[in-house]
Amino acid sequence: MQVQKAIETEAETDLIQRFLAGQREIFHDLIRPYERMYYRQAFSILRNQENAEEAVQQAMIGIFTHLSQLTERDKFKQWGLRIVQNEAKMIWKRRRQNLYESIDEGAPDGSGEIATYPKQYADWRDLPSEVMEKREVREAVTRAIGELPEIYREVFMLRDVQQLNLAETMEVLGRNESVVKTRLHRARIMLRESLSPIFAKPERSVWERWKGMNPWFAARR
Amino acid sequence: MVRCKTIIAQLSEYMDGDTSADMRQKIERHLRGCRRCNAVYDSTRKMLIITGDEQVFEVPDGFGDRLHSFVDSMLANSESH
Repeated sequence: MQVQKAIETEAETDLIQRFLAGQREIFHDLIRPYERMYYRQAFSILRNQENAEEAVQQAMIGIFTHLSQLTERDKFKQWGLRIVQNEAKMIWKRRRQNLYESIDEGAPDGSGEIATYPKQYADWRDLPSEVMEKREVREAVTRAIGELPEIYREVFMLRDVQQLNLAETMEVLGRNESVVKTRLHRARIMLRESLSPIFAKPERSVWERWKGMNPWFAARR
Repeated sequence: MVRCKTIIAQLSEYMDGDTSADMRQKIERHLRGCRRCNAVYDSTRKMLIITGDEQVFEVPDGFGDRLHSFVDSMLANSESH
């Protein structure tokens, strides 16, 4: 996997080289591996499809215009995501300024009450992959992530949704290791708390427990 | 036995394979004996499988097409300058 990654990075720096040498149409190939990531990141900030697509488009202009200034070319992924992140935040601010009052729109800023210690200890169900295809499951998870305070949400998105490693996450956010680790830990605890009621195993009723214990009943089934 | 509080505080790093061998052993021993911490660990693990699933965070149909036609017009624009 490491080797695979090295080959991909090499191919990518080569693409960047050719783009900068004037083969402009290569831009399409350069962004293709990341475009879904860009969208998810923008959406997690803006929570609106139209705005998220707009943010990604704006970011494309930024990437296109400034790529020659990227000195560490093996860090195109982090750099691009950072531009997307900034564009999305800019659109978010602009949108908020246009609202008289932000009912339902207020981005949690991390000042609210934060659950940093688990309160729910129910076991979770085993989740077959078909569960993930269910709309209500996807919506519940996206909503719960959306409700995390921003500083926790952005770390969680990068690490546990986009699957960036620790170093990459630090680079996108421009934060040090301990900040990223602490926020990630809190984000996971908070999210687990809010998703627990949805994914917890239902308590077995007295009747079901009796059925399970009674050999006569089990034999008849 | 290590206290639950210590285990919970270390859980995230443990899951990322980021704890010392000594701490890892302590955590694993604790998890075997503590139903509550084990429930937290197991559910967090399941949660991360869910959130890491490509299907969960949807990207709308046609997004890629719209993006690349935007890039096409951006490139065309830059040529004319």
